[in-house]
Amino acid sequence: MTRSLAWKRYNGRVIWLGLLYAAFLLPAVYGFKHGLVPGWAAYPVAVLPSLPIIGIFGALGRYLVEEQDEYVRMLMVRQILWASGFTLSIATVWGFLDNFRLVGHADGYWLIAVWFIGLGLGGLANRVTLGTPVRC
Amino acid sequence: MENRLRVLRATRAWSQADLAERLEVSRQSVNAIETGKYDPSLPLAFRIAELFELPIEDVFVSPSRRSSAAI
Repeated sequence: MTRSLAWKRYNGRVIWLGLLYAAFLLPAVYGFKHGLVPGWAAYPVAVLPSLPIIGIFGALGRYLVEEQDEYVRMLMVRQILWASGFTLSIATVWGFLDNFRLVGHADGYWLIAVWFIGLGLGGLANRVTLGTPVRC
Repeated sequence: MENRLRVLRATRAWSQADLAERLEVSRQSVNAIETGKYDPSLPLAFRIAELFELPIEDVFVSPSRRSSAAI
């Protein structure tokens, strides 16, 4: 299967954002661990690693705008709907379990990982229902 | 939505990849349209019809006409 130019651009952006994520996260972890982050800088330093992740969602939106093949675009929209539905469902169930003290409290950023797992599930759903290659 | 894409493609001896290249879409898009798994947008449907130099209703079968014909 040939990849569209829009998909290649998306991948390029994700690679750069991944590198940026590592560049923000590693110093932040090191800085907080060794008490090197002054109080005034704590919030910006803590938030910085989240920006490239938000950027990935932006890149995905950009991909949907740039993708010229309407069928391929529709497949990605289906995957995103799967990912969002899956994440919201997991968050809802976990929230109730947490509320009744049946599971431990989970950090909010784990939802991002769940969302990307949902994106993969959406790809599988596309494969099962439409016979398309899995893409995530 | 039913269509005559496979037949029309065969008359010109085009593969799915050939048609995809002419339409500037992926081969999987052509396959999905051909097998009725995906209904193309109106602009793409017109592009397909124009490529085969046919009116759009000679390429795609109107679902409402098809159901009334069945009655």
